[in-house]
Formats: sequence, structure tokens, C-alpha cells
Amino acid sequence: MIVLVSLIVIFIIYNRLIYSSESYYPSIALSPKAIKGQNLWQSNNCWSCHQIYGLGGYLGPDLTNIYSHPNKGPDYINTFLNSGIKSMPYFNFTEVEKEAIIEYLKVIDQSGFYPNYEADIEATGWVKIKYKDE
Amino acid sequence: MNSKYPIYFLILALISLLIGVVFGLSASLQYIYPELFKEFAPFSKLRPLHVTYGISWVILSAVGSIYFYLNKLQFYSYRLLKIHFILYVLTGLALYFSYLIGNMDGREYLAFTPVLVIPILLGWVLFGINLFKTLWGSVTNWPVYYWMWGTGIVFMIYHLSEAHFWLFEDFRSHFTKDMAVQWKSYGSFTGSWNMLVYGISIYVMSKISKEDKMGRNKKVFFFYFLGLTNLMFGWAHHTYLLPTQPWIRYVAYGVSMSEWIVLASIIYDWTLGLSKNSLAQHQVAVKFLKTADFWIFSNIILALFISIPAINYYTHGTHITVAHSMGTTIGINTMILFSSIYFVAGDINRKFQRMTFMVEFGLKLFNGTLLLFLISLLVAGVKRSYWIHFSDQSPFSEMQDAQYLVYVALFISGLGILIAIYIVTIPILKKLIILARSY
Repeated sequence: MIVLVSLIVIFIIYNRLIYSSESYYPSIALSPKAIKGQNLWQSNNCWSCHQIYGLGGYLGPDLTNIYSHPNKGPDYINTFLNSGIKSMPYFNFTEVEKEAIIEYLKVIDQSGFYPNYEADIEATGWVKIKYKDE
Repeated sequence: MNSKYPIYFLILALISLLIGVVFGLSASLQYIYPELFKEFAPFSKLRPLHVTYGISWVILSAVGSIYFYLNKLQFYSYRLLKIHFILYVLTGLALYFSYLIGNMDGREYLAFTPVLVIPILLGWVLFGINLFKTLWGSVTNWPVYYWMWGTGIVFMIYHLSEAHFWLFEDFRSHFTKDMAVQWKSYGSFTGSWNMLVYGISIYVMSKISKEDKMGRNKKVFFFYFLGLTNLMFGWAHHTYLLPTQPWIRYVAYGVSMSEWIVLASIIYDWTLGLSKNSLAQHQVAVKFLKTADFWIFSNIILALFISIPAINYYTHGTHITVAHSMGTTIGINTMILFSSIYFVAGDINRKFQRMTFMVEFGLKLFNGTLLLFLISLLVAGVKRSYWIHFSDQSPFSEMQDAQYLVYVALFISGLGILIAIYIVTIPILKKLIILARSY
């Protein structure tokens, strides 16, 4: 019983830290436009095929840094969204909706890197990731 | 058996499994033919359906099994049990109707419209009341499986709620925190159902071997606390590459290394100690548990490796992660739950304890095709990882096209798993329907 109570106390403190914004950096806030983009991302199940930070489905590419990708970027995303190419469903997003999704992807891009090509892999098995503001 | 509702839960669970594998196979076909029926059933719709039916299978069969075992005691309230069942049937209908009309505004794994989490949570609360009220009198002498079930229910309620924290502005407006908390809840949500499922496996083992002390010795309690620590703090190996503070990842790295050894050790000890006499009873349940044992050992190595950050760096975001989750969900959880369902049927009617030719054949087919399935996923993952980290940034579609044969192997093995699951499921489903009717 003592072990169980101790674990629960540690869990409460741990959760308090996890739910604090200081545990993450850089601190990126979503604008109302980006939240609209996030709503569209969710209601159209974009996560079924695409990944963010390698999390999501594998039928499509990861989109974490597509916004700042030298050969892609906002115009590329705008063109792609309604293209219906390959397994991509035939979406019919309006320009306003496309801008909202692009804004959401812009915020994600500003939060960090994936893949984190400049990470340091240490002999201990640890990986020191590169943060966006470094 | 004092109530037919545990059997109803198990029947619903088996039907969910039969439907879920069809959606899974249909979705995998789109890896080979990306444009196949995408106009009316795109991958983005099939995957949530597959996942929802898969989760329903695990949850409903675990809940039905535990209710059945609790029914052998002074059960607290049959009325609450009945309300729980009706609530889940109605919620399930609402959920699939909302999917049908395209209303999926939730998130990965919990794609349903968020308001539906309220009746789902209410069902867990009813389940918890019934479990704790039934067992509370003997709390000082609980075997480990009661602790596991109780812990699983409490943490399931908490983490299912946590998975919806994104509805609050403070979480949603902070992208990285939102994503970390989302994946924290998923990791711990899975840990919670594992508590229920592994608790069931220990219950079944102790009842078959008639070794009550199996669920009471210090070793199983040590492993229970180790599993609970993993449930609470081990989630962050899913998010090693998310820009969180390093301490979150340090904790996860340390805790994750203890993963899986928990159940493997218990089942291994149990198999060693099983007498020939007890093997003669519940043949099918024993066979499924032994199969789960095999898949646990197969998955230990993969789970431990991909929890090492330096390896996770290359495997994350690839099908290797899927191989791990499929290995655990199909190989371990499904085998344990089949063992429990066959144990339940055998407990009601002894003739259901005997192994039949078809079930034995289905199990062999299952093991062979699951092995091929996991190997295909590992190969696909290695190729994708090479493309991410070592290629010259060729287009994504080129990498996908180069995986064609691997995806064909994935589909064929998936078809084999589907056939095997149908072979194993149909007979027990028929038996349960007969049992429910004859009640």
C-alpha cells in the first residue's frame, strides 16, 4: 500500500510538471486561424496518412517541416491540398480553409525539427536533439 | 453464471474483431493500389474504423471476461451491469453512425466526435463501481489480478479524460504541450488496458493450474508495481523527438527498459509449473496462453531496442513502430483474450474445453501469417528509415513505389491473419450465442 501511495504522489507531481508549459520549448501558441487549420486537420483525418514528428499514419509523408522545406513551402502545400493525387482523397477546400491549414503547418514548423538531422547520438544511447531556437 | 450480460459483452467483442480485421485488410490494400476505392472509402476513413473496431475488441472482451469472473462472487449490482451494456451498445451505434456520416472530429485512435467520450467514461465508472463494491470486503487480501483490474479501470478513466484535454484552451493553444499530453494519454491508455488484459491472463492461469498463490506471491506484486510505473512514466518513448525538456525523455528511457519482462516471466514460470493433469483441462485456453507467451518473447527484444533513443532515432516514424504495436495487440493481447473467452466457454460447458482440428489449424495459420506480417512491416520500416536518413531526398512516392513487393507481402499475410481469426472466432462466437440463448 505504501508503494502504491508513493507512486500516486510522484505521479501527481509528475503530471503537474508535464502539464506546465515550461516543460516544452520553444513556446509556440496557435492563433485562431491556426486552430481553424487544426480543426480541419482533425475533421478530415489528415493524421490517418500523414505524420507530425513521426506520429500518425504512414501512407503519406511527414509534414513537420514541409512549410520551410526549400523545395516545397506554402505554395506547394496550397497546390497539393485539392490535387487528389495518388491515395490523397479529393478534398474541396476553399482558399480560406487552405490558408488555415497552411497556418497550422507553419506553427508546427516553428516548433522544431523532424527528422532531427542535427541531433547528437551519444555512446550511452542517448540522443541530444537540436531545438529550433538553438 | 448469474447474468447473461458478460456473455453479451464477449459476443459484441468478437463481432467487433470480425469487422475490424476486414477494415484493416481493406486499408492495407490501398498501400498496393493507392487510388483503389478512394472516392467512397479512402484510407483516411478506413483506418479510424479499423482502429475503433480493434480497440472495441480489446476493451469489450476484457470487460466481458472480468464481469464473468466477478459474477462468480457476491456480485454487487446486475442492474448496473445491464445499464453498462445498454449504454455501450447505444454509444457504439451513435459512434458508427457518426463515422458513417463523416463526423470524425476527434484525434488519432479516438477519432469519434468528442461528446461521445461522456457515455464511454460513464460506462467505465459503472464498471468500476461494480468491481470495487464486489471486491471491497476482501481488499486486504486481494490477489494481484484484482489490483490490476482496479488499477486498470481507474487509470483508464483518467487517461481517457486526459486524451481529451485538447478541448481546453490552455492545452490546445500550446502546440508542443498539446501533442506531448496527447501521446502521454495514448501510452498510458494502452498501459491501462494492458493491466486489465494481463490481470485476466494471471487469473486464467491461476484457475487452470488451481494455484491460488500464483496471484499472491511477492514476485507478481513486484512486477505489478513495475508495470504500473511503466503505465505512469514510460509513455515518452513515443515522443523522444518532440521538443520537450530532456528530463521527460530521461525518465521514459529509464522506465521503458523494464518493459515486457513483467508478463513474460510470470507466464514462463507458470508454463514450467503446469502439471499434465491441468493441461488436460481447458486445452484451448492453455494453447492460446502459450501462443501469447511466444509473442511476448518475440516482442520483448523489439520493444526494448526501440526504447533506446539512439535506435528509436532511426525506427521512429517507420513501420517498425507498427510492427511493435501489431505484435503486442494481435500477438499478445488477442491471444490472451481468446484464451479467456475459451476459458469462459469451457467453464460453462466442459465440452468447449477441448481443442478441435479447425481451431488448432487456425492457430497455426495465425502464427505463421503473423510472423510474415511482422517481418514485412520490419522490412518496410527499414526501407523507410533508409529513405528518411540516408537517401538523397528522392520523392516520397518513389520510396513508396519501391516498397511495392513488401506491401504485397503485407497484404497477403494480412489476409492470412484475417482467415485465421475467422477460423478461430466463428466456432466460439456460435458457442457463446448458444450459451446466451440457453441461459
